Amino acid sequence: MSIIDRTTSTGPRYGALGTSPTRPDGIAKVQGTFEFSSDISADGCLFGATLRSPHPHARIVSIDLSAAWKINGVQAIVTAEDVPGKLTYGLISQDQPVFASDVVRYVGEPVAALAADDPEDARRALDAIEVTYELLPPLLDPELAISGEFDPIHPDGNVIRHQRIVHGDPDATAAIVVEGTYEIGMQDQAFLGLEAALAIPDPGGKGIEMHVATQWLHEDRQQIAACLGFEEDNVRLVLGGVGGAFGAREDISLQVHCSLLALRLGRPVRMAYSRAESFLGHVHRHPAQIWMRHHANADGSIVKIESRMVFDGGAYASTSSAVLINAITLAQGPYRCANAVVDGWAVRTNHLPCGAMRGFGAVQACFAYESQMDKLAAACGVGPFDIRLLNAMTTGDLLITGQPVLNVAPVEECLRETNALPLPDEPVGGHALLDGSMDAMKLPGGAGRTADVGDIVRGIGWGVSIKNLMYSESFDDYATARCRIEGGPDGPTVFLKFATAEVGQGFVTLAPQIARSVLGIDRVELDQIDTQVGSAGSTSASRQTWMSGGAVNAACELVRSLIFEHVAAVHGCPAVDLFIDHTDVVDPTTGRRFDVAEACADVSFDETAVYRHPDTSEIDENGQGNCHTAFAFVAHRAVVDVDPELGLVKVVQIATAQDVGVALNPLSVMGQIEGGIAQGLGMALMEEIIQVDGVIRNGNFTDYLLPTFLDMPPVVAKLIEQPDPLAPLGAKGVGEPPCISSTPAIVAAIRDALAQAGINAPLNRVPVRPGDICL
Amino acid sequence: MSNEIFTLHVNGEAQQVRDSWLGENLMDVLRDRLGLMGSKGACEQGECGSCSVLVDGHLVCSCLVMAASAVGQQVVTIEGVAPVGSPSDVQQAFVDFGAVQCGFCTPGLIMAVHGLLERTPDPGDTEIREELAGNICRCTGYGRIIDAVQQVAVARRTDRSGA
Repeated sequence: MSIIDRTTSTGPRYGALGTSPTRPDGIAKVQGTFEFSSDISADGCLFGATLRSPHPHARIVSIDLSAAWKINGVQAIVTAEDVPGKLTYGLISQDQPVFASDVVRYVGEPVAALAADDPEDARRALDAIEVTYELLPPLLDPELAISGEFDPIHPDGNVIRHQRIVHGDPDATAAIVVEGTYEIGMQDQAFLGLEAALAIPDPGGKGIEMHVATQWLHEDRQQIAACLGFEEDNVRLVLGGVGGAFGAREDISLQVHCSLLALRLGRPVRMAYSRAESFLGHVHRHPAQIWMRHHANADGSIVKIESRMVFDGGAYASTSSAVLINAITLAQGPYRCANAVVDGWAVRTNHLPCGAMRGFGAVQACFAYESQMDKLAAACGVGPFDIRLLNAMTTGDLLITGQPVLNVAPVEECLRETNALPLPDEPVGGHALLDGSMDAMKLPGGAGRTADVGDIVRGIGWGVSIKNLMYSESFDDYATARCRIEGGPDGPTVFLKFATAEVGQGFVTLAPQIARSVLGIDRVELDQIDTQVGSAGSTSASRQTWMSGGAVNAACELVRSLIFEHVAAVHGCPAVDLFIDHTDVVDPTTGRRFDVAEACADVSFDETAVYRHPDTSEIDENGQGNCHTAFAFVAHRAVVDVDPELGLVKVVQIATAQDVGVALNPLSVMGQIEGGIAQGLGMALMEEIIQVDGVIRNGNFTDYLLPTFLDMPPVVAKLIEQPDPLAPLGAKGVGEPPCISSTPAIVAAIRDALAQAGINAPLNRVPVRPGDICL
Repeated sequence: MSNEIFTLHVNGEAQQVRDSWLGENLMDVLRDRLGLMGSKGACEQGECGSCSVLVDGHLVCSCLVMAASAVGQQVVTIEGVAPVGSPSDVQQAFVDFGAVQCGFCTPGLIMAVHGLLERTPDPGDTEIREELAGNICRCTGYGRIIDAVQQVAVARRTDRSGA
């Protein structure tokens, strides 16, 4: 894979936008000195731990702490009775108790927390807490939740949200009708850096400082402050090093528990989850069941879609209502569709709570509509590429919400450029080794019980998707950034301050690039990421390049105008005409150039800017309204080798062309593309949280399978660069699209291989298991 | 719980381990007793490789090794690979070629890659994938990591032929 090298003599200088400078935290990360939240400690710090429900649904009869208090080293134990402020929290509706007091609603729900001198003391004390439960029947069937026939398991009821979309002529039909029911399993974000935080109480206990790995410092602060009964100003959050996020850190987990213990004791308290606890302690990707029917003309052009989508939100709402809206409003995919009837449900059950994960509702819808596109292609007698090209959306086309897509929408280019990428040169089963034997690592099944090469069939499949960027449905979505410039004897330095959570995606690389391009100054330092500046919003919804990038850009432009005024005053030229070219201020009226560093030798400017995207609307009872902000598109083509007898799959190659607007840092974009595809591959073939009777059965990395080096194929990628005039830097977010349509592309490739082997396997469910293929 | 004092040889230095309990794993002892926080824990069952260290030259998941069993052996952690501020060629290549995102898996991968390139100076694609399959990265999809490893192999080959 070659990265576009734009560092030419005529292109931008190294470190500016369009180049790929190295990460400022890179050396610390490769040397092991970067401090992750789980590495942070403090003198005299105690260790917190959480007691969790073993039952999916039960009434708490009593909690007896007496035996736990007798364990050496136990310093504090807190339950629901000890919560001084709001008793519940949550991102959209505050429906989740800090600690369960009367009823537990999922296996893993926090019941109590304690702090001890040592983690082992804490663990033994947890074991000594005696909770008496009266078991209640669990609600585990989403359809039962919809039916109204199960007593509400929560005061807010068993339906989190129900929304219909009716668009165009609901009675329209056409010559070709295809339908199917699709199922998506529960995926885990599986970031590697486990949940961890350090809470340090202020002297006197009137406030608290928390160092925590999160996606959204200010939202965390708001929820923590409410539960502690504090003003927000008395809660200060500092971003602890974040070991990945992918949505799982958008909701709070241990924040309030850890804070309560620290305040109770007047001492720092550290909490860190184990992997097993992490599976219980954060929300997951919603499992979903989706029925879909397409009506199309004989040539394959879509006339109408119908769908019913049911998302299992688990015990608490989290972002379920927003996830559902993404799914139903994007149900047509990146295709023109004039008529639609869609019915969407997000329901409450006694399963693990679900919320944000990369792709956020678009993933589930995409597996359904892309499976349908292949059915439609087969019914119309056209190929999977052609059916997609025929229906490809473009700028100005309408969503089934009635919203026009105003962004650049290069769906056709994504398809054509993907199609132009070379297919793998490896033969089926891979190249033989030097001694003529097959390379087991290239075979489906790898080094285990591998396939015989003669049985292997190669298939090719397509997936194309649309993703909304930023927040929707009238949310006040903004980001803040501060830019300071200080002159000095060896030239000026730019300092950038923002609360944007760096979770690995590379905003800490991008922000200085923006400053260098706008200001023409190369030396840029980043201030600590904390709540001592306005909110940046969440690192989610592929929004930070656009939003925080927009804010950094705006703050730098304010400083730049002050620099221009300064230069104008010193040199007697009109400030309004000046512009930056590389590291010079240029006066176009005279052609004079002034070195920015020299011009700023003794200046000191400090400006803060807020970037907001244009307002979005609510949707009405028919699901109509301009509820989304912007859209991005991508195409994927998967090549797989399948052993139909053993049901084993080896993904050989993924080709992709992605609508990125502008690649501000091509190397980072490539990292997002490959990393997202790996998560899409996991969803397609191996990743699923299994719950039986409401109990998780595989909450560890031995049983929850993640793609390794051997599972992940080479990715060949093409970046479609059409600057989006609506984006502050012309660039679209790139994080989510790679994991959305890579999943259906892989499944389609398996279906294609099986069809060649004369097997008609529907593969209507992901992850695809060997038994789905060969039994 | 009986606590004993024992000595580990870590990164070339003898280090006394105090307050450890018998049976405590090497990862926890390195991090919590000796303050070497570079080795990361992400699964505690030997699946992810984030805690990889060398024990007598063998790459191991330190979460699966009982600390006391490493007495008398040479332990090398990420802190022992290169001095702070003077990264090894592998470390620099990870930064230069985009192999680092969140960085949590990175120390373990650096250990694994150093081991791989010492055993196999010119690894092919399959060898790289197979050798590193014990290290999970959730961010990168592995492509840039493979590129970084190949770049180091090429650079070392050039150095050898130039010498």
